[in-house]
Amino acid sequence: MIYFDKVTKRYKDTAALEEVTLSVAPKEFVSIVGHSGAGKTTLLKLLLAEERPTDGAVFFESVDVNDLPSSALHRYRRKIGMVFQDFRLIPNKTAYENIAFAMEAAGRTDDEIASDVPYILELVSLADKARHFPDQLSGGEKQRIAIGRAIINQPDLIVADEPTGNLDPINTYEIVEILKKINELGTTIIITTHNKGVVDAIGKRVVTIERGRVVRDDAEGKYVL
Amino acid sequence: MTWMIMRRVLVSGGKNFVRGGAVSAATVLIMTVTLAIIGFLVFLSALLSFTLTTIKNKVDVSVYFVTTATEQDILAVKNQLEQLPQVSSVTYTSAADALTAFRARHANDQLTLQALDQLGGNPLDASLEIRAKDPSEYESIVNFLEASPALSPNSTSIIDRINYAQNKNVIDRLSLAILATREIGFAVVIFFAAASILIAFATIRLAIYTAKDEIAVMRLVGASNAYIQGPFIVEGVIAGGIAAFIVLLLFWPATWYVGAKTSDWFDGFNFASYYSGHFPLLFGVLVLSGITLGGVASVLAIRKYLA
Repeated sequence: MIYFDKVTKRYKDTAALEEVTLSVAPKEFVSIVGHSGAGKTTLLKLLLAEERPTDGAVFFESVDVNDLPSSALHRYRRKIGMVFQDFRLIPNKTAYENIAFAMEAAGRTDDEIASDVPYILELVSLADKARHFPDQLSGGEKQRIAIGRAIINQPDLIVADEPTGNLDPINTYEIVEILKKINELGTTIIITTHNKGVVDAIGKRVVTIERGRVVRDDAEGKYVL
Repeated sequence: MTWMIMRRVLVSGGKNFVRGGAVSAATVLIMTVTLAIIGFLVFLSALLSFTLTTIKNKVDVSVYFVTTATEQDILAVKNQLEQLPQVSSVTYTSAADALTAFRARHANDQLTLQALDQLGGNPLDASLEIRAKDPSEYESIVNFLEASPALSPNSTSIIDRINYAQNKNVIDRLSLAILATREIGFAVVIFFAAASILIAFATIRLAIYTAKDEIAVMRLVGASNAYIQGPFIVEGVIAGGIAAFIVLLLFWPATWYVGAKTSDWFDGFNFASYYSGHFPLLFGVLVLSGITLGGVASVLAIRKYLA
């Protein structure tokens, strides 16, 4: 499904990634671990075509992401649900509208939005907070809304960049459980983290990056740094 | 863009504007100041035009004819002058009318009237009062009069005198002053309009800058550039539209008050009369400026974050 082919990314003289080769199969749950600055976020940015590799190629469903013209990027990104450490909800939209926005952007009809958004709000246990704005929600609630937004269009892949980085242990546990459930339903998930507890709780494939290189790829879910 | 998307963009823009709170209010306020300046410049241009026209209308050249010139000859000259493209109007005053006017003007001056009676007959000449479209054109009109053979039937000129020579200096200076005033006025209008437009642009850029993270998120969830840009343009247009209506509303009492106080200073130009008489023009200029300014500034400001 995803294939990084000898990908190198340099910012001026600094190499953020060096000849990374990595493949992810459909329905996999992959945790990418590493210290801050190891290159985890750069890897995700390349996958989302936010950045272009200096060398090598990134393939998504056999399509070279770098060959996509700018005008086609938004369609490509609709196939991927994104979850961020800092939630990145739209501040002047309610919880309902934040989730609905992803559907509107994908050109879904009003009827589809009216039927799917309440269902997703139920799924993330926030039906009673539908009319709340992000600043009226706790960190955990914001992250659940962000996950709702990521899954609303039933994407093939969910990419989560440090999704539990700003959460307390209870909310961290809840978010991990939600992600595991989504994966069990057949969605591929790539998560970056440096939280050993999260990796252990997931218990799936772990890719370790150090100084821009993949140093370990463990199918048994071992967190070694 | 389908109707569904357009509706969503309009609704989203409207909601964003309402929820924008202080940012929306600040944008409307700055746009109001900008449009007030533009509106004020419209009034200033009108006042300038009115004043220059008034001054121009006070300038004329009179041609006096010899007493032997027949009315037919003088009217022929009048016809010729009216054919000239630079002539605005020609008024004929017969010798009899000139005498009547002279007597009326000196009705309280018995000494002058007695002297006139002692002279016997009518010593005053018939004349043509010529107004040019532009004061700089009097010279060419006078040249025409002096060169025209039709004015000299039987080789004798029927023109007694033209008062252009003694007025030439004043007319030339006035022409220069009108030209300079018009150019300076135009430059001032352009300068203030450009300055106020730049301020409005900067405000809208700032408003959009505060939403740059939001724009980045919209891109990442797969929204197209047009779908991201649309609500911001709608917000800009709403801010511009509201500001235009506020300015129109404020101008009503302001012109009424200022008009009543300054009408005499400006030789009859009344701001309130101009406002009511040219309301469609002001409405069009302000609303169009507001909407265009808001929309274009939004497009330019957001472009940077969509690259």
